[in-house]
Amino acid sequence: MANLKALRIRIDSVKSTQKITSAMKLVSASKLRRAQIRAEAARPYAERMQRMLATLAASAAGNPSAPPLLVGNGRDATHLIIAVTADRGLAGAFNTNVGRAARTLAQRLEAEGKKVKIAAIGRKGRDFLRRDHGDRIIFDVSYAGRKQIEFADAEAIAARVIALMQEGAFDVCTLVYNRFVSVISQVATEARLIPAPVAEAPAAAAAGVPAVYEFEPEEEALLAHLLPQNLAVQIYKALIESAAGEQGARMTAMDNATRNAGDMIKRLTLVYNRSRQANITRELIEIISGAEAV
Amino acid sequence: MPTALEIVSPERLLLSRAVDMVVIPAAEGELGVLPGHASMIVLLRGGLLRIFEGPQETSRMFVAGGFAEITPERCTVLADEVMPLAEVSKSAAERRINEAEAAYEAVDKADIAARDATLDQLQSARAMLAVAEAP
Repeated sequence: MANLKALRIRIDSVKSTQKITSAMKLVSASKLRRAQIRAEAARPYAERMQRMLATLAASAAGNPSAPPLLVGNGRDATHLIIAVTADRGLAGAFNTNVGRAARTLAQRLEAEGKKVKIAAIGRKGRDFLRRDHGDRIIFDVSYAGRKQIEFADAEAIAARVIALMQEGAFDVCTLVYNRFVSVISQVATEARLIPAPVAEAPAAAAAGVPAVYEFEPEEEALLAHLLPQNLAVQIYKALIESAAGEQGARMTAMDNATRNAGDMIKRLTLVYNRSRQANITRELIEIISGAEAV
Repeated sequence: MPTALEIVSPERLLLSRAVDMVVIPAAEGELGVLPGHASMIVLLRGGLLRIFEGPQETSRMFVAGGFAEITPERCTVLADEVMPLAEVSKSAAERRINEAEAAYEAVDKADIAARDATLDQLQSARAMLAVAEAP
């Protein structure tokens, strides 16, 4: 009978796991909806910012005193990688994907003889990267326990990045984050932040954007305001896309877990019933053969 | 032909509709934008944004700073923060002034960019208070 009891305990435990995973799935689904709305609401600003930056950059192009945030400082020796992950796990491969992408990038750059520094946003990414790139992490940020990410958080990170840039701590800055493609698909993406990728600027200027813009104040003063803001917007976009992606990934992972738990319960129940029946049959045989022996 | 006005903050698209005139608080003075305005990109300071339909002023908003892109057909305001007038409170404005003053005291005066940033912050907070106190 001990075997049957053990099976029953096992079934009960899988059942309670299934209850937890299905509850987590529901929670993620409702959080996902909110996060997705936020991510979509932030898109217009980022798009228009990009358009304005393209116009300005096209106009400031060829200017030898263009700000380093736009054109870089001319060197390519030290790279800063900002890895954006979640603070919480149980979201499938969501965090590992970014961690692995950041690690691959770091290894590639180091193989090219460049120095790498890492900024880890999110606890999971920090823990992942600390394992073999611990000495390269220069700062980390965690939003554990926070309900949602505000624009001010992105501004704080941007300010830190700019301060590091001014100290000359790095030359090129790349953001690695999970781009939200759809609920079931998040793609680890690299995006260069510094120097700003305005390669499409001439294309935009050619595509009917009136080239005769006036600037008030002049381009340089505007750029001095626009560039840090743009940096913050890019980081903000990554943060909220990642937040939406995290919920999507968790929802998918928990859906799978719930289904797996269901399969497991079915299999265990089958084994349980079979062995119960076997026991009954054996007892019957014992009784019958006992009766025959008399 | 009216101007297509869009007001966007980092968190959301606040307003997108056609208006006859919009007065924006540009860094170098208020700027009235009518249809057919020359193409411009301007920096904004903290202040009041006013929307006109016909001769009537139809709505007012507080803008804490940002940028605006103006073309003959449209005016796009990229605000750092936008608040409908009803949400601007005096106590919040005063708190911001205190914060900005503290930031100004703390900043390294030799660092001109950082000093100017705190001064902008202070100006924006004072404009917010002025808006809150206005009838």
